[in-house]
Amino acid sequence: MSTTESSSVSRRDFLAGLSAGSLVLMAKASSAGLTVTGATPETVESFDPDLFVSIESDGTVNIVAHRSEMGTGIRTSLPRVVADELEADWDRVVIQQAIGDKRLGDQNTDGSNSIRFFFKRMRVAGATARTMLEQTAAEKWGVSASECRGRNHEVVHTKSNRKIGYGDLVADARELDVPKPGTLKLKPASEWKYIGKDVPVADMDDILTGKAVYGIDSRMENQLFAVLARPPVVGGSVKSVNADKALAVPGVVAVEQIPRFKGAPSFQPLGGVAVCANSTWAAIQGREALEVDWDLGPNADYDSEKFAEQLGATVSQPGTPVRKQGDVGSALKAGARTHSADYFVPHLSHAPMETPCAVADVKTDSTGKVTSCVINAATQNPQAVQQAVGPALGMKNEDVIVNVTLLGAGFGRKSKPDYCVEAAVLSRALKRPVHVTWTREDDIRHDYFHTISRIHVEAAVGEDGLPTAWLQRVSYPTIMSLFNPRAGSPASFEQEMGASDLPYDIPNVQIETGPAASHVRIGWLRSVCHIQQNFAVCSFADELAVLAGADSYQYLMNLLGDDRELDMKALKLSNRGASTDDYPYDIGRLKNVTRRVAEISGWKEKRDLPKGRGLGIACCRAFLGYTGHVVEVEVSPEGEVSIPNVWVVLDAGVIVSPDRVKAQVEGAAIMATSQARYGEITFTNGVANQDNFDTYRMAKMADAPLNIHVELLKSDAAPAGVGETTVPSFAPALCNAIYAATGKRIRNLPLNRHDLTPE
Amino acid sequence: MNTITVNGRQHSVEGVPEDTPLLWVLRDHLGMTGTKYGCGVSECGACTVHLDGESVQSCVTALSEVGEGNVTTIEGLSEDGTHPVQKAWKEHNVPQCGYCQVGQMMMASAMLKKNQNPSDSEIDEEMWNICRCGTYNRIRAAIKTAATEMRNK
Repeated sequence: MSTTESSSVSRRDFLAGLSAGSLVLMAKASSAGLTVTGATPETVESFDPDLFVSIESDGTVNIVAHRSEMGTGIRTSLPRVVADELEADWDRVVIQQAIGDKRLGDQNTDGSNSIRFFFKRMRVAGATARTMLEQTAAEKWGVSASECRGRNHEVVHTKSNRKIGYGDLVADARELDVPKPGTLKLKPASEWKYIGKDVPVADMDDILTGKAVYGIDSRMENQLFAVLARPPVVGGSVKSVNADKALAVPGVVAVEQIPRFKGAPSFQPLGGVAVCANSTWAAIQGREALEVDWDLGPNADYDSEKFAEQLGATVSQPGTPVRKQGDVGSALKAGARTHSADYFVPHLSHAPMETPCAVADVKTDSTGKVTSCVINAATQNPQAVQQAVGPALGMKNEDVIVNVTLLGAGFGRKSKPDYCVEAAVLSRALKRPVHVTWTREDDIRHDYFHTISRIHVEAAVGEDGLPTAWLQRVSYPTIMSLFNPRAGSPASFEQEMGASDLPYDIPNVQIETGPAASHVRIGWLRSVCHIQQNFAVCSFADELAVLAGADSYQYLMNLLGDDRELDMKALKLSNRGASTDDYPYDIGRLKNVTRRVAEISGWKEKRDLPKGRGLGIACCRAFLGYTGHVVEVEVSPEGEVSIPNVWVVLDAGVIVSPDRVKAQVEGAAIMATSQARYGEITFTNGVANQDNFDTYRMAKMADAPLNIHVELLKSDAAPAGVGETTVPSFAPALCNAIYAATGKRIRNLPLNRHDLTPE
Repeated sequence: MNTITVNGRQHSVEGVPEDTPLLWVLRDHLGMTGTKYGCGVSECGACTVHLDGESVQSCVTALSEVGEGNVTTIEGLSEDGTHPVQKAWKEHNVPQCGYCQVGQMMMASAMLKKNQNPSDSEIDEEMWNICRCGTYNRIRAAIKTAATEMRNK
């Protein structure tokens, strides 16, 4: 297997392959099912493909990777699925990264969707090509196609053991009608040779030798390096600017203002002043020397501490019910005992190691009209880049050419292409390629932040200690405010991440939302609203266990109730748009991961740890996958927390690349450790108070979990999410462990705000 | 300064202001983009290179401080990607996004030059690089594998 030198491939490249005699296949999924056609110049133009596979006459198999690689291994995993069904020799596969093109289908590498959306389509595409090659060989030999099998890049006649290589069949295979997906024979799982097996990612050697090209590394001939001074407050703008000193900095070439978004922030720039230079450093120095007078705009009084208090007041009052079962009001009054708690999670920043970066080359004609635009970007969603850049430049979205580089992680930040628009408008203005680099300070100060939230939970418990009523009120600024300034309370897709999808078996349930205005750009961050909502739900379950004097694990299992499926329709849950046939909310599977994580952690044996040590447990269904976490902590007499062990059990259905899944599960525990220990962005006068890793701290090797034990459950269920699935239950399991170790219940994150000296 | 030595070769830096951090000299003036920007303030280690064999953070090392010193970057850590840390990183499938791994490997290789049998706490102390994907446990394992190879050489 190899990767192409240039990062991207266009449909045109495939047409070139056609003329050279390759077999080119395109697959398209629609509501009617999946269709595959052989490509001709006409069909490439007329047929919306979402996948290209081509086989050249020398046997080279080209597979297009149309999702972005940001560390999940997807650029390797999806082509592996095609290659498996095709019976291709992995060493003869070339992976080509797609440009942004809506005809390729969904390219938004976000929401833990890639394998879920494309596993089946990739298999069908691979099987289609294999079947055509088998048919071709059968005709050549004058035998039945049923006696011919694609095996490791050649077709074998099983009776005579005659063989013919794929490349030698291509010329004739092109002439065949493409078989209908219903007639294909997919390989049984027992014959999979790549799916479920590990292989180094395609980019491994480049990464290890410094050759890998990320957005920050992408270069265009004659490019300028730009950094921008953006309004310190969202919605602010430039009153006046004096660029004299900036222009006097050696290496600075130009200073250029760019406009702010109009209306809602969406994915358009924050606006500001760009300093363009012959190096990033000169641009940074130039920005230091800029004199800008800002109009701070309408959010200049945003104070996140005060806002958190307001959110607290909001959730102390009845809100808008979004899920109602039974009669919570009466049950709360009638309960033998009641218990309530309020939880708080502050704003968080994505802080991927590579900051947002893009380089654009925009050409204009003599009238200033844009004639072409090429962008190389570290983007999770090249189509979103097209959709944001097109209107900004007054050109058709599909004419914006977006090459996707490797991403130095994304976590949701790089699905929002404001930085690509910045590069594009600067290139248009300066008539040469411009590379925009966000400094770390820019990245943390001007992020699309994770929201700030308060969650109130209240329960009545019966004689058996189990709840008879559960009332949960959530309030936080919504992501929808990015697009609609009037959106002022949690959206249903947000509620569904750990609030309205409450899995516990309780007769009376009411979930309410409260209003919350947005004063910064709110965006989705890996696992999104599960971060705060599962923190609350899984912590409160443990509080009830303690109240009942019960074992936390046993109590949790009782709370989950009988094996059953949640009635998604009755609960009005969208299930992320997934079919409940393929992806039921299966309490049995949730209990299973919980049971299993208790087993592998030795929960029962470790029940009576000495003071200062403790285990915590939590479980969650997120992004259609199921996770159980047990976290072990040691808390020193001075209140220093260490995490010697984490156990995680994941049921994500069929898994294509087990080691890459395992790596993401490990990484989720570490990212969640950072967030729980230190994660907090605060605002004063609308300005973020943190701006680099000294003030927005990260867990490092020394304070990350020492051992992370991961078990992936074998499953033949439809593939679910992975990347975000194992984030949510970590923080509550950690805090439940801290309670067990210290008697201190953490309801407000982060931990470094608390004295954790054991009681 | 007119030249600096990177990976054993002289490179012209004529006209580059002497206060320019080595990071940007490497990346923007010499076109060697293997060394990564992460924070600019020596908090994350992504930009780590070797100066006369010692790990330094190139984001806070001015060109003037490099002087006659020998700079080693990832491009020169080995000829063909076979330094023991590179091999160990591959064996343990360490990288996720891979962005910080260059700095991690430069930090680890400098440490292993001095200490070929590092304890967990010594690794904790030396390896303060940030990885946002969360590869710390594999880095620790890879360092031990590389250390074993280096000891046995």
